[in-house]
Amino acid sequence: MGLKQQLEQLKEQGLEQIKSVNDPQELNQIRVRLLGKKGPITEVLRGMKDLSVDERPKVGSFANEIKQEIAGAIEKQVKVLDAVALQKRLEHETIDVTLPGRPVKTGTPHILNQVIDDLEDLFVGLGYQVIDGPEVETDHYNFEMMNIPKNHPARDMQDTFYITKELLMRTHTSPNQARTLEAHDFSKGPLKMISPGRVYRRDTDDATHSHQFHQIEGLVIDKHVTMADLKGTLEVVAKHVFGEERKIRLRPSYFPFTEPSIEVDISCFACGGKGCSVCKYTGWIEVLGAGMVHPNVLRGAGVDPEVYGGFAFGLGPDRFAMLKYGINDIREFYQNDLRFLQQFQQEVK
Amino acid sequence: MKISYQWLNSFVNLQEIDPQKLADQVSLTGIEVAGVIAPDEGLKKIVVGHILSTQPHPDSDHLTLCQVDIGEDEPVQIVCGAPNVATDQYVIVALPNSRISGNVKIKRGKMRGQASEGMICSLQEIGFSDSVVPKEFQNGIYVFPKAESAGQPVFPLLGMDDRMIDFDITPNRADTLGMHGAAWEVGAMLHERPQFPEVEVSETGQPTGDLLKVSVSEKNLVPQYLLKVVQNVEIKPSPLWLQIRLWNNGIRPINNVVDVTNFVLLEYGQPLHAFDYDKLTTHEILVRRAQQEEPMVTLDGQTRTLTSEDLVITDGQNPVAIAGVMGGLSSEITADTHNVVLESAVFDGTSIRKTAQHHNLHTEASTRFEKGIDQGSVTEALQRAVQLLEKLANGESSQSILVGNQELPEEKQILMDPKRVNHVLGTEISVAEMGTILDDLGFGYELKAEKYSVTVPLRRWDIFIEADLIEEIARLHGYDKLPSTLPVGIQTVGGFNKRQLLIREVKQSLLANGLDEVISYALVKENEAAAFTYDPTENIELDWPMTQDHAVLRQNLISGLLNDLQYNLARKQSNVAIFEQGNIFQKVNDTDQPTEVPTVAVLWAGNVTDSNWIAKDRAVDFYDLKGVLTNLLKTLGLADRVTYVADQTLPELHPGRSAKLLIDSQTLGFIGEVHPSLQHDRQLPPTYVLQLNLQLILDQKQASLVSQSAAKYPAVERDLALIVDHQVTNSDISDLIKSNGGKYLSDVQIFDVFTGEVIGLKKKSLAYRLHFQNPAATLTDDQVTQAMDKIQTALQDQIDAQIR
Ligand SMILES: [Zn+2]
Repeated sequence: MGLKQQLEQLKEQGLEQIKSVNDPQELNQIRVRLLGKKGPITEVLRGMKDLSVDERPKVGSFANEIKQEIAGAIEKQVKVLDAVALQKRLEHETIDVTLPGRPVKTGTPHILNQVIDDLEDLFVGLGYQVIDGPEVETDHYNFEMMNIPKNHPARDMQDTFYITKELLMRTHTSPNQARTLEAHDFSKGPLKMISPGRVYRRDTDDATHSHQFHQIEGLVIDKHVTMADLKGTLEVVAKHVFGEERKIRLRPSYFPFTEPSIEVDISCFACGGKGCSVCKYTGWIEVLGAGMVHPNVLRGAGVDPEVYGGFAFGLGPDRFAMLKYGINDIREFYQNDLRFLQQFQQEVK
Repeated sequence: MKISYQWLNSFVNLQEIDPQKLADQVSLTGIEVAGVIAPDEGLKKIVVGHILSTQPHPDSDHLTLCQVDIGEDEPVQIVCGAPNVATDQYVIVALPNSRISGNVKIKRGKMRGQASEGMICSLQEIGFSDSVVPKEFQNGIYVFPKAESAGQPVFPLLGMDDRMIDFDITPNRADTLGMHGAAWEVGAMLHERPQFPEVEVSETGQPTGDLLKVSVSEKNLVPQYLLKVVQNVEIKPSPLWLQIRLWNNGIRPINNVVDVTNFVLLEYGQPLHAFDYDKLTTHEILVRRAQQEEPMVTLDGQTRTLTSEDLVITDGQNPVAIAGVMGGLSSEITADTHNVVLESAVFDGTSIRKTAQHHNLHTEASTRFEKGIDQGSVTEALQRAVQLLEKLANGESSQSILVGNQELPEEKQILMDPKRVNHVLGTEISVAEMGTILDDLGFGYELKAEKYSVTVPLRRWDIFIEADLIEEIARLHGYDKLPSTLPVGIQTVGGFNKRQLLIREVKQSLLANGLDEVISYALVKENEAAAFTYDPTENIELDWPMTQDHAVLRQNLISGLLNDLQYNLARKQSNVAIFEQGNIFQKVNDTDQPTEVPTVAVLWAGNVTDSNWIAKDRAVDFYDLKGVLTNLLKTLGLADRVTYVADQTLPELHPGRSAKLLIDSQTLGFIGEVHPSLQHDRQLPPTYVLQLNLQLILDQKQASLVSQSAAKYPAVERDLALIVDHQVTNSDISDLIKSNGGKYLSDVQIFDVFTGEVIGLKKKSLAYRLHFQNPAATLTDDQVTQAMDKIQTALQDQIDAQIR
């Protein structure tokens, strides 16, 4: 058999072997065996020294062709085997995507603070500054400056925790009206502020009373701020918190620090005004108190009521949250049962 | 006060408006209405019966068989168990299939074998409160005072078809605590002028001054004190129409004299008092302050020990009434009374309030004096009572009024500028409409130079200034007609201050780390207030707490968080990771407001993760909490400035597992495990807490952040393992490494801590990975080795480290 035939035979056998290999390692062994320095092709080429000078290049290039053909076949088979291996691996790695995710805990803001933050953002957008004030107040700011002198019957409306004769737990956020009015420089423009915070009343805790709760005070003072502006502002709040379809209605009321004073009702969000248990079959729900700032409050804080005037309102985040989310017991806000708190995780607005 | 629709209608034309509708309208224009009460609600088929004959029940010693005319062709038999049943009475009969109080259905039936066609009722059985039923009918059936036609419904006869509108007044509108005031209010709303009965007295008796002398020693507390005597009164029950007015308002009819004083109270809002003239020791009335510990028995039979703050009426010797609060038993009107002294007065509200509070004695009279009465009708109310006693008790009234004091305030004149009204309200109400509203209110006015000069009657003592008049115009014009606008004018920029922004940032970080926000009570138990506090101040205590659980202001937030933890543990919630942001309170001195320090605190107990299909459970430890803190401090740009010092000063913390946090030398707060004995006492799992003073953070000058590009040149890492004495801390070592590592040392990470016998007792092994980085060039091996050598030498020399 001539060299050429030997090479043909090697090629035939090699290609046959390569095709039938399933194992990458075996394929590698075949590569080494066929194409290595001790492989049969190299062996055959060693016999070239016996050939004529004319024949050598022909056989040489033929041998190279065969080498390349075999190498190509191996390459092809590697890819085939790789694809098979990948397929196997993917099958092996398949997981149950319906199993629950690894728990990553995120915290839930307290629902009252969600309500407060939301209102703060609303008012900041309307050009209001957010102002803090002390929780331990003086009788002077909590009462006297709010036009509630000693022995005023309105002091009975707000049972007070006194610390000393002059110091007390603030019963409302209204003292921040006086504090802000005193500090404000009206030559630099109007005063628009809200002041959220904790307030305290001497009450026995039960489902509807809490000795600690929250208020947001609002105050707008300028040369021409009207009661119609108050109505419009409260409409914005009502719609923002309780829904675009809400209507409001004002009823006369009494606060010593506003005149005129009003209570504000919103049309019932549960029944739309037809009457239901939420609104006690009236179609309306009382949500806040407001009014035009009493001249005595302005004068007391050094602001001329003949020139400046405006409105104030006080709203209760606790009440808002209770109404909006159907919470029946105000104590839930302060007992901090995690199951209660965490249910508000989804609620951002 | 409950305003009777029928009574009101006798003063003002109510235009046949449905009572509920009227109430709704009143709510929108003036006075909040708590509800409309229908006394006959739920009752039906209850009629007048005439008892034609009675005979004892054959098989019972307390039942009576009554033949009763109920307006049918034939009388019916009704078995009655009341002791006061008798022939010829006109009574209340609940027919078969009727409904009486409590939604009870009455059926035709037999009682001990005798047929009973219904039931003869007491007032209580048709819904009267026991407290208003006249004494004579309290333990039996009600008997009408005169013949009524049998078979007609009882409701109109007893005033039960009336509708009571419950006025829930604010403190400024006590003028509506009488029917006259209510009539003015409702009349103004309906544009109807109220009409009141003429008050005329005959005065057929002696001059009052011949019967009585009076002096008032505290004239400033008693601006008006008027007396009159009605002689030879016949004490008897009041007519039914008057009794109805009283019981529909929750007042029990007693006798004609007492009832008249109560009736006038309801009519005018003016408290009156009647004394038995013949029971007064002397007839020289003196109004004075009581002596300290002077005793007196009030009408309710209670012995009161008076104080020198109380104002009393005396008969020259002894107190016979606590002024404006309650009369005395000794001069009570009884069936034997012949001559009556009537008192109509004004007492200082503050003084009355103190007395009512001190004796816990709040009456119809004291409430009205506290809230204020119409000082313009004190005389008329007295005369009205006299008029009624002349008519209803055949009394002879004394001539003229005996005056102890009479100082009437002046009617207020207030200037109201219509332009100003519209300026404040944002309306365009016409000058004429404002005039109409003033008219409807019964206010006098004159229009001068385009301004109204308004005269306010004394009954509206809540009106002082123009703003008060603006409110009257606004509410009667109607708030529903108010336009809806937003403030215009110079634009303002809204926003938060630094403190609010910091608080929001802090919360954001803690929430992102999986902590739930809580809000606890700022008022805590005495022993909780100053726990977990480095330098507690004296406690800030409430003067008069509601409960000992909330009596003292907190100086720390952890106590509240521990309560929250316990609350949750008791409800089987064992993984508790919570934080609170709020103020703590530090006493400054006895007079100034305390310092309120914005603070944040975290509590973590239970498992970081519960075991699940993919991971085992793991309990929280110190380093979990420290991780949260590190993230927070990084957010605030303070991670490098805060140092942790092992600390044992807080007795509530584990002495070996707590650290004081410092910024420079100032205390930022603490982190640590709650002391095991405290955990044991309160049955808590291992619990970790931290608290930070946010004010201190606010006070720090924040270095502004300047960005750096990511390094272009490769970093070099070297590991360093060492064995040291067990008391040497990580912080000692990393400080040494950092201070000796040269300028290219960019980071030091601890990656292993080991203790065990292999390395010897009281020793520990630690391993660090050091990162070197030159931002400007590639580091050479020499540079790094040099730095490492210096570090190792320092460690060996200074903490006796054994480098491995
Ligand atoms: Zn509703």
